Amino acid sequence: MAIFLNKDSKVIVQGMTGATGMKHTKLMLADGTNIVGGVNPRKAGTSVDIDGTEIPVFGTVAEAMEKTGANVSVLFVPPAFAKAAVVEAIDAEIPLAVVITEGIAVHDSAAFYAYAVSQGNKTRIIGPNCPGLITPGQSNAGIIPGDITKPGRIGLVSKSGTLTYQMMYELRDIGFSSAVGIGGDPVIGTTHIDALAAFEADPDTDLIVMIGEIGGDAEERAAAYIQENVTKPVVGYVAGFTAPEGKTMGHAGAIVSGSSGTAQAKKEALEAAGVKVGKTPTETAKLAREILGG
Amino acid sequence: MDLFEYQARDLFAKHDVPVLAGEVIDTPEAARAATERLGGKSVVKAQVKVGGRGKAGGVKLAATADEAVEHATNILGMDIKGHTVHKVMIAETAPEILEEYYVSFLLDRANRTFLSIASVEGGMEIEEVAATRPEAVAKTPIDANEGVTPQKAREIVEAANFPAEVADKVANVLVTLWKTFIAEDALLVEVNPLAKVASGDVIALDGKVSLDENAEFRQPEHEALQDKDAANPLEAAAKEKNLNYVKLDGEVGIIGNGAGLVMSTLDVVAYAGENHGGVKPANFLDIGGGASAAVMANGLEIILGDPDVKSVFVNVFGGITACDEVANGIVQALKLLEDRGEDVTKPLVVRLDGNNAELGRQILSDANHPLVQRVDTMDGAADKAAELAAAK
Repeated sequence: MAIFLNKDSKVIVQGMTGATGMKHTKLMLADGTNIVGGVNPRKAGTSVDIDGTEIPVFGTVAEAMEKTGANVSVLFVPPAFAKAAVVEAIDAEIPLAVVITEGIAVHDSAAFYAYAVSQGNKTRIIGPNCPGLITPGQSNAGIIPGDITKPGRIGLVSKSGTLTYQMMYELRDIGFSSAVGIGGDPVIGTTHIDALAAFEADPDTDLIVMIGEIGGDAEERAAAYIQENVTKPVVGYVAGFTAPEGKTMGHAGAIVSGSSGTAQAKKEALEAAGVKVGKTPTETAKLAREILGG
Repeated sequence: MDLFEYQARDLFAKHDVPVLAGEVIDTPEAARAATERLGGKSVVKAQVKVGGRGKAGGVKLAATADEAVEHATNILGMDIKGHTVHKVMIAETAPEILEEYYVSFLLDRANRTFLSIASVEGGMEIEEVAATRPEAVAKTPIDANEGVTPQKAREIVEAANFPAEVADKVANVLVTLWKTFIAEDALLVEVNPLAKVASGDVIALDGKVSLDENAEFRQPEHEALQDKDAANPLEAAAKEKNLNYVKLDGEVGIIGNGAGLVMSTLDVVAYAGENHGGVKPANFLDIGGGASAAVMANGLEIILGDPDVKSVFVNVFGGITACDEVANGIVQALKLLEDRGEDVTKPLVVRLDGNNAELGRQILSDANHPLVQRVDTMDGAADKAAELAAAK
């Protein structure tokens, strides 16, 4: 098993025919992802040859789902058009939409998230501004490099892409059940808590690594959730102890406002919930290793 | 991006939120004409992005144009909680104020929705009211797709117990304030105080607006609202080169790929610095995924141009980007800077891991640049960079 994504996932790519979409569709295919189509209304009916694999292009998400049975969409749609693309995916009731796009206006992401909720939450949204998710050896939906690690028994959830890669690399010999990059924007579809709940329920996950960063209170809420609901060991890491107040650190959501959203508060909340928190990514990996080693 | 009061006032006026007349000036003498345009008296208000300016002497009533000039002379250049006053607003004097309220719309990150906050106890910080008298603060979630209709505005007015005689007027302010929030892609629009004056009108006397920088692609007018005076020159130079850079106050220059990894790098350097005389990171710089030689050169140029920087730590995890490309980028960037005649004398510690790390490391070893040292773990490299900064 794994969470959200497995070998049976049938993946379509919205924005496949753009440069970024093409590049990553190729990489996802190389990782064994079952890519069944692309979506572009202006190129509907055509197909794209990627390293010898013929990928059909459909006019809409609904049509792609009807023709291929797709159940995952990965979006590489530019910020100005991302809201419409996500709304289309929600209308088609695709079970999972992975929004890679960085730089989406918050009013747009708040609107498509509210829309997903109003339509009965039939579509799980991951992102925006995220690297997507990977179930090593089975499927890769997004831009996480497929060759860092192998299948294993650690579940990883992270706001940051490169810290996800770093952690997967540190623990590459143990391997991962799934790794989910939930994104660094102020409004995201899938939270730490959603991923923690899924990993808790996943029989193939023995330990969860949770990576957070400054801004908002998602980590504090996750800590409260862990305390009440998670029985598996959780190891944590929080980035941004040295971030000054009031400055956005790269990710749109990574900002300390007044005394809220600090790394220290997040670390303390996680530790109070019994989570071992590492000072550096390497130390965090060591903590995970110690727990798994017995 | 947080705005000044006068910018918030202008946006409110644009979307029909009731405000008083006012204009911004940056020389004392300009206060005269501005006050005369307002009929000979005005309020002179320091424009700083921090609270408590009234207590600091940054808001003064001027009964004549001469007095306005005098106040502007005193206030311009004043330091308020570390913020230098570069501009003052000459505002119309408020009619007699009977009551002060509070209204705002903001992004509620935790619930991934928008939120209205309203209180009949305005005039002070809303956090203070919420802490001492939580029952006086009404919080109402707003559905992003439904917005604030006249009916929703009524609901807010009732939830906050606004007096019946101002209910319609406050509801109208809420609808126009929501219009501002949506039309300007704001993260926060706040009116405090919203004043009930002797005539019975309600007027926004002071306000805060924060705008979403991700929305700049459809808000071309927002660029002009940036505060060029306050920007650190290095931050301004980095922004021009489209680099994601924040100046900090330490000695170790930082370049990395990915916001999370760079934030983490700052922390790891600060920990390492504890063993090396307390040196700290000098900046945040995320060069993003595809670190080409040109981008690396631009980044290095900004960092080497920072007189506080004593050593540089380049921390890259090759994800999609291959480390050999990054290594070539570093070597070419150094050559490019030397060819440009830049002063390249600060030691660089480079850590490469991930995709094609061995190749990348080999390229650095082969180049054998006298300033570049390779350390292959993040913690070890941070320690080396801190040590080099402390030794300078």
